[in-house]
Amino acid sequence: MAMRKVAVVGAGMTRFVRRALETGKELSYEASKMALDYCDLTLDEVDCVVHGTAPDSFDGVHMKGEYLSDGSGAWRKPYTRCYVGGGTGVFAPIHGWYHVASGLFDICLVVCEEKMSSCQPHPQGAFLTIFDHTTERPLKPNLLWIFAMEMNRYMHTYGLKKEDIALVSVKNKRNAADHPCSLLGDANITLQDVLNSEVLAWPVQRLDVSPVTDGAVALVLAAEHVARRICDKPIWIEGVGWNLDTAYWTNRDLCYPRYVEKAARMAYEMAGITEPRKQIHIAEPYDPFDYKELHHLEGLMLFDRGKAPEATALGITQRNGDLPVCPSGGLLGVGNPIAAAGLMKVAELFWQLRGEAGARQVPGQPRRGVAQAWGDLMQVGTVAVLGV
Amino acid sequence: MTVKIDKFPGVYLHESDFEQGRVLYNTWDPQAQYAWDAGIAIGRYLSELKQGHLVGVRCNQCRRTVVPPRAFCEWCFRPMDDWVNLPDTGTVNTFSLCYVTWDMQYLTEPQIPAVIDIDGTRPSVGIMHLLGDVDPKKVHIGMRVQAVWKPEEERTGSILDIRHFKPV
Amino acid sequence: MSQEVAIVGIGYTSFRPLTPEVSYKELVYEAAVKAYEDAGLDPRSDVDSIVSVAEDFTEGTSIFDEYVPDQLGGMLKPNVTIPGDGIHGLATAYMQIASGIVDVVAVEAHSKASNVLTLPRITAYAMDPVLNRPLRANPVFIAGMEMNRYLYTSGATREHCALVVAKNKRNALLNPAAAFGAALEPDQALDSEMVAYPLSVVDISPHADGAIVVVLASAEVAQSLTDVPIWIRGIGWCNDSPSLENRAWGRAIYAEEAGRMAYRTAGIRNAMDEIDLAEIDDAYSYKELQHLEALGFCEYGRGGFLTADGVTEIEGALPVNASGGSIGGGHLLDASGLRAVVEVALQLRGEAGAHQIPGVETGLAFGWRGVPSTSGAAVILSS
Repeated sequence: MAMRKVAVVGAGMTRFVRRALETGKELSYEASKMALDYCDLTLDEVDCVVHGTAPDSFDGVHMKGEYLSDGSGAWRKPYTRCYVGGGTGVFAPIHGWYHVASGLFDICLVVCEEKMSSCQPHPQGAFLTIFDHTTERPLKPNLLWIFAMEMNRYMHTYGLKKEDIALVSVKNKRNAADHPCSLLGDANITLQDVLNSEVLAWPVQRLDVSPVTDGAVALVLAAEHVARRICDKPIWIEGVGWNLDTAYWTNRDLCYPRYVEKAARMAYEMAGITEPRKQIHIAEPYDPFDYKELHHLEGLMLFDRGKAPEATALGITQRNGDLPVCPSGGLLGVGNPIAAAGLMKVAELFWQLRGEAGARQVPGQPRRGVAQAWGDLMQVGTVAVLGV
Repeated sequence: MTVKIDKFPGVYLHESDFEQGRVLYNTWDPQAQYAWDAGIAIGRYLSELKQGHLVGVRCNQCRRTVVPPRAFCEWCFRPMDDWVNLPDTGTVNTFSLCYVTWDMQYLTEPQIPAVIDIDGTRPSVGIMHLLGDVDPKKVHIGMRVQAVWKPEEERTGSILDIRHFKPV
Repeated sequence: MSQEVAIVGIGYTSFRPLTPEVSYKELVYEAAVKAYEDAGLDPRSDVDSIVSVAEDFTEGTSIFDEYVPDQLGGMLKPNVTIPGDGIHGLATAYMQIASGIVDVVAVEAHSKASNVLTLPRITAYAMDPVLNRPLRANPVFIAGMEMNRYLYTSGATREHCALVVAKNKRNALLNPAAAFGAALEPDQALDSEMVAYPLSVVDISPHADGAIVVVLASAEVAQSLTDVPIWIRGIGWCNDSPSLENRAWGRAIYAEEAGRMAYRTAGIRNAMDEIDLAEIDDAYSYKELQHLEALGFCEYGRGGFLTADGVTEIEGALPVNASGGSIGGGHLLDASGLRAVVEVALQLRGEAGAHQIPGVETGLAFGWRGVPSTSGAAVILSS
């Protein structure tokens, strides 16, 4: 059976800021309105709405999807929130994709929002409650612990040094200097700046990690017959994949994200990609920590295991390199309003593939890109392949 | 962002905006309280911890012995077959030296969380716990460690009945 | 969407006020084993995707979807959690299959309401943080206000609501899975203690624990697995305003819209003529009447009279909540809608036991997410 083709036809985003004046509803509205304006649609023409947002404990609202629904344009429309932790931002357009691909709807508005600043004194308090309530939470774990331990395992397995990894942070923060919405863009940051930043949870230092951020991003998805009518250059969702590994994270080898590989294989198969290293021109892997970009590039099979750091050192992943990675500036540079950050990556592909990314534009008219997000207890991979 | 858009919404607030009352807010404590049923597998795990024992479970189909215990094998989707007594020794699989608390207060002495692969598991799998009685500079992946138990009268049937793991 | 996707497996635990003997993982595992056994599938090799429904604050765990895959055999498979009603989860699974990307999807929902010590405070945490929460009122007042407005505008009475309570508790006596069956007379219901006028204590469905797993498959796979596929014939869902200030208090517009979409996708023109039974949300007694009307089974304000005439009894022309619903079975948080789906599917299979309705071919299940939401989902199933 031939699948119904679905395209991205509009995108919008707010600035990513440490603490926004706007409420979560207002951020959702601003991004949604911009995405609709982009493709000259009104809310009346939207058939359904999909929302992505991470833990309720950040915004401080139980059933947060319900609370945010009117800000997301869902009043008297079919509306659901989808949730795969940090992987939500790339999952939301996948959720939107099958709303349209199923044939039930023609136009779907996809909105991702995060208002992490509401959580006081610090959203780390909310992260405390992601651990198993009986076997782990009594240890009062800090979220940084598990990522530091994963990073350590990755470094140990492949004999990597901090310098090899910190280059990612330098690249992404420099890339973000060209992003008008970025929180942390810095054209002049150096490797030494990252290596000299304070140690939070060794091996994780301050500039290895993306900060708490408020922001929202929205996309408009349309079925083929609509997309061709309303958009001069629709960007097609060619492949989608998602995967969740076991919750027993201490029972897994943390050096390789096999769940990302599984999700990537699913998306590549749907997109007809057999040689990802040749057929993908831009990658936006999830980079809340610098080592995660490397980890994910390997999971996406764009580099051999343990070899992504070398490619980074060679400049292959620079915006003008053979495989531009996080030309947006990623989470490390633009900021990390969790679900919105993931959707920002898909929006970046939309702008890049349309040739509208301005100062961030990747040279050579890229025709296909992959966006990926990750989350939970280091166990979720969500992958979307977009193409011209 | 895109060349088509020149203005982006989103107003950046600063600490002074709050201090000087330029923006208003209200606060709320969710008061969310729970009593989670430990159930069959974790219930036994906790009661064995109270007695100073570490136990795992075994699946005869995939031949794994794992900890923490679970009622069913997530690989084979069948009930676990046996309880297995495990020694309280293991090997550091990975660790961190953490200088901040959960609410980002700084610590002078780091906390040392680790995944400790417990001896007797197969393939070697671990639990998360803390390391103690050790110079942070000397901690390394592959280090052999042993549980330091609380005295019997202080144990409550919790993962905290093990104070931490220390080098052997 | 007549015969694209079918229910091929059903598994559920009994619904009980307390379940101290098992963890939530073990509770869900029981339902999952039963559902896969019913479908004749091995989840590790045969199930393509998992959809669960859950809310972090009712689990007491942030990013609860972390803990979903293992007890469903879903490790290293596509998994997603929908913070919605069970029927929103069913709709998600339907769309995944209809899109062509997967063939077999398991949908899971559960309640461990007994583990939540401060449930009213958590429900209050769902209200607008600036406009409503500072009032520091138990959110049950929302249901009281809505019931009051509904009785005022529709002409329904508290007596009608008491009939719903008596019917659903009586039906539950015939359902071994139901937690709160009772031979309660309508008069006793009327005399019970007031919680938020005009809502009395028996008008409110009590919470229960339980887990439900439903397996869906594409037409081709369904026909190879079972002789009695239960087809998803129509589906619809809708949100009205989340704002307490701007909603239509007397009417359940979310149910009207969800029903309209479900009927449109099912090709149903007259609900009363074409649907043989309904399991519709009765989180509060008046909700059954309000939802009955909103879903087009009768005109606005007629639901109570229909009930008084016995039309919604098991022997009536349109049995409603023959399972006992939430009032008789226990409210399962967001699993309540999926319990309604299970009941309709069992009825259509002819496997409903003592409360089997003879000769039924098409049924409707409807779920609502409870106060303060205006979020509802409907599905129409046919044998």
